[in-house]
Parts: sequence; structure tokens; C-alpha cells
Amino acid sequence: MTDQVNENIQMITETIRDFGSKEIIPHYRTWDDTQEFPIQLFKKLGELGLMGVLVPQDYNGSGLGYLEYINIIEEIAKLDGSIGLSLAAHNSLCTNHILMFGNEYQKQKWLPSLATATKIGAWGLTEPNTGSDAGNMKTTAIKDGSNWILNGTKNFITHGSSGEIAVVIARSGEPGDSHGMTAFVLEKGMDGFRAGRKEDKLGMRASETTELIFEDCRVPDSNRLGEVGEGFIQALKILDGGRVSIAALSVGIAQGAFEAATKYAQERHQFNKPIATFQGVSFKLADMATKIEAARLLTLNAAELKMKGVKMTKESAMAKYYASEVAVEVANDAVQIHGGYGYTKDFPVEKYYRDAKLCTIGEGTSEIQKLVIAKSILN
Amino acid sequence: MNILVCITCVPDTTSKIAFVDNNTKFDQSGVQYILGPYDNNALSRAVELKEASGGKIKVLHVGGPENDPVIRKALAIGADEAIRVNAQPKDAYFVAKQIAHIAQQDQYDMILMGRESIDYNGGQVHGMVGELLGMPSISPAMLLEVEGNQAKIAREIEGGKEWLSVEFPFVAGCQEPIAEWRTPNMRGIMAAKSKPFQVVDPVDVSEKINSVSFELPAQKAGCKLVDADQVDELVRLLKEDAKVL
Repeated sequence: MTDQVNENIQMITETIRDFGSKEIIPHYRTWDDTQEFPIQLFKKLGELGLMGVLVPQDYNGSGLGYLEYINIIEEIAKLDGSIGLSLAAHNSLCTNHILMFGNEYQKQKWLPSLATATKIGAWGLTEPNTGSDAGNMKTTAIKDGSNWILNGTKNFITHGSSGEIAVVIARSGEPGDSHGMTAFVLEKGMDGFRAGRKEDKLGMRASETTELIFEDCRVPDSNRLGEVGEGFIQALKILDGGRVSIAALSVGIAQGAFEAATKYAQERHQFNKPIATFQGVSFKLADMATKIEAARLLTLNAAELKMKGVKMTKESAMAKYYASEVAVEVANDAVQIHGGYGYTKDFPVEKYYRDAKLCTIGEGTSEIQKLVIAKSILN
Repeated sequence: MNILVCITCVPDTTSKIAFVDNNTKFDQSGVQYILGPYDNNALSRAVELKEASGGKIKVLHVGGPENDPVIRKALAIGADEAIRVNAQPKDAYFVAKQIAHIAQQDQYDMILMGRESIDYNGGQVHGMVGELLGMPSISPAMLLEVEGNQAKIAREIEGGKEWLSVEFPFVAGCQEPIAEWRTPNMRGIMAAKSKPFQVVDPVDVSEKINSVSFELPAQKAGCKLVDADQVDELVRLLKEDAKVL
């Protein structure tokens, strides 16, 4: 990592801590309780330049690299995992898909409003009956003159309701054909395009998750991203970057839980001593710190490969798999160190515990990551 | 409006303070330096004034290259250019002489800085700079409004507030609530890299004051917790231990 990147990261970290102390920490508990998606917060994140981190400045983005990006996700996730998740989904899925596969007209049209959070982005791949088996998706796109007609339902879509721009992958060819799917940009207000039910989730509650429903929705061919039949291939490439996002999100949640546990272990006295002085607790903290360090290095490695433009499917899957499992383990240990208080909402660790679990599921479960890693090793 | 903002780099407020060399030097190991909070107030007000009516902001720092990241943060917040006098400041007079030397090379409408640095708490530089340049100097400036070629500045005084008016050019030592601290956005961070940043040698100044030694305040006594139903014990402790009753 160069001195320049280090200095950027230092400055970005200070900015996020200042911003978070005013705009996130005072409110995150309420957002979690009410499952409110704080859209105004995202507008402010847009003003800071955090909603178009990787987007070049020509499109009103910040023009930063992946190393700064993972630091941003980690720092935000340390404060509130669900804000980190929404930030990651907006940046690395919707916005990045248009950035990587849109033509110049499409980039000019949509990236400036996404990068400044004038509009929030969503990305639709998963369906009710095709999660890991996304290649068998049922949502169809049928060509009709200069339009495509979309029918079907996507679910577990971040910002499905509040998002105004959605990148959606739909079947334009034969089922099971990995070259039979195409990506489109849908905009709020198009006839036959609407959000469905909002999920009531265990964690990540401030991040909005809904269905997207398409009923004879006509999408102009000019909204098609890349070639016909390339949508699924594009999606897999987007997910390579997306996994780095979720790995960084996991590291942030783990670090937040670890810091809370360390503080508590030094303050909480039992038998006239801080509980951190007992080996049972201090060894737990040592294990937590070591796992987080390893997860952070795997994430950094994947991000560096991404920056170099090297294929990093295996490395990003390793980072996502390991970091997300570490987030769950560390959050679990943090609750354990807090004892009974950790099980209450008076302390932040129960939220880290609930939020962390999403990381082993979203953007490919740990089992799917192992499939990806194994396939890469055995090939 | 042409504004010179003088900034200090101070240890992060969470730093552990220790001294070395027989308590004659501050132990800098592991210390993270930040933009002086009062200087951030001054800079933030300068940026607000520039945004409202145009102008140019130059930041000035007297210190070593280790502080360049903090200076670039000031550029990221909104200053247009930076100048660092390459020296290790020895006392307030040394710093004031350097600032005055730089300030004389241009025409500034105002020279803003924090009321004091939060490490050595000198609070003398703004007064000295005013004297050296023959300009009025006001501190602590808590509000600053510009009307034509003069400024209205509010100071907090015992039991109330005092409003002063002063013609350009002047020197002010600032503090909150003159402006809320600004944090740089990503665009500012990227833009900071291409803004002019000059490093110059210091002018010779003879040392007037030498630090002899430092000492830390006495350790705070531990906190005693008394159960809510033990009122008699609480009263006894307040009387016999704390001796406040």
C-alpha cells in the first residue's frame, strides 16, 4: 500500500468517525428498533462522496480505489452494519454494474445521480426460488420491437422500495444457459415495475430489503447493459467485487464487536479485578484480534488483486467466506464476554451478533464460497 | 477576501501523554497528530466566508514534514494553498515571527488561527503576530461576521457577550461557536493532492524562553461505587473521605 493510499485512508477514517459520531451513533438504535431505512443519511453520505467511491470524478464520483473503498465499508460497518451493507450494495452492485458494463451514454445518464445519492441504487439477481442457483431464474425478458417486456419477481433486494435505479438480470434465453440472461436498468415510475413486501429481518434492520415485481414492464432496449445474453456473466464479475465488500463489512462488524468487548472487559470487575485480567477472557480477546487481523489481510489481498485487474474469484471468495465466519464468531464471543448484559439492548454487542449473521449468507452463502474456492482449486 | 489561516498539529485527544529525557521532552512515540481543534474552527469559518463571498485561503504551518498529512487535510477541508515553514517550533515568539514573515509577503484581509493550541495551551501567538505586523488582534473570537471591509466579532465576557468591530486587516484567535468543524469529503481529499503546497526555510529567531521540565498531574483517585440503599455509608464517605460535607 502506498503512502498516498495510507494518507487517504487516514483522512477518510477521521471523516467517517466525525460524521458517524454526529449522524449515525445517536440514531442507530432507533433505526434498528423501528426497521427504518434512513434515506436522509444516505443523501448526506452522498454529499461526503461515499455513494460513488469507485466512480470516476467525470461522473461526479470520488474516483478512489478499492483499498480506500474497503476501508470506508469497514469504518461504517463498525458503527452500524446495516448502513455498511446498504453502502456496499449501492456502490459495489448497482453503481458498479453500470460503471463496468454500461456504455458512455448510460454512464452519463445514471452514474452522476447514483454517485451523489440523488438516487439510491438497487440490484436484482436473486428470486424466491433461485438463490444460489441464480442461473435458473424465472424472471423473463422478451424482446418486443425496441423494448423488452419483463415479468417475474426478485427478492431480498436491498433498496427495492427506496431505490430509484435498479439493475436487474432477467432470462432472455433458455433456462440453465449461463449465456441466456441479460442485464437491464429499470427506473422507478416505469409501468409494471414496483416494490413488493418488505422483509422483517433478524439483523441489518436499517438496510431496506424488499421484493421487486415486474408485470409486463416495458424496458427500452437502450436500458440494456452490455450484450444480450451476457447478464449472468456480468453478474458473476460484479459478485467478485461484491464479495470483497461483504468481507470488508464483516471485518468492520467484527472490529466493532471486538472493541466493545475489550472496553467492557477492562471496565467490568469481578472478584475485585477487571475481567480482562482473567486468562479465560484475555485469551478470547487474543483469538478475536488474531482472527480479525487474518480476515482483514485476506480482504486487503483480494482488494489489491482487484485494483490490479487480476482475476480474483478465488481470493474474494476466501475473503468473504473467512471474514463473514469470523464476524459471527467474534460477535458471539463479544456477547459471551458481556455475560447477561450482552444479551440486552443496553449494550451494542447483541446488534453486532444479529447483523453479523447476514454476512455468511448475503451475496453467496459460506457454502457457495466453498464451492467457488473448491472449483478454483480443482480446475 | 484573502485569508491566512495558521494551523497547529496537536496530539489526538485520546493520546497517552508521557515525557522522556528526564521529563524535559514530550514522548511523541505512538502519538497520532490532528489538526488543532480551535484551528479547525478558524479554518471552517474561513471556508464559510469564502463560500459566501469568494476569496482565497492559504494555510500556514510552522513544523516538520511529519505534519504534511494534517496540512493536506486542511487543503481537503477547503483551503486553496498551503505553506509550511520547515522548523521545529521552540516557543510562541518563534512561531509568531515566522507567521509575521510570511504574512508580510502578501496582502491579507484577515489572519485567523485558533485561540490556543490544545497541547501547550500558550494562547500567545495571535497577540504577538498582531504586534509584529502592527495589526489589531482579537481573541477569543466566537462569532465573526463581515460587512464591507470590516468585521464584527463577538467575544464572550463574564456574564454576557461583547461585540467588537474591526477594519481589515486584523488577527483573530478563534474558538467555537465561530463555525462548526468541517470534515473533508472524498472530492476534497482527492483535490487536496493537486493544490499548491510550498515548503520554506524559517527566518532566524533567537530563543527567548526555554522549557525546563514537564510534570504530569497527580493520578486521579479511583471511583468508589456505593449501592443505592447504602445512604448512611455514602454520607459517611462524603464527610470522612471526601470531606465535602
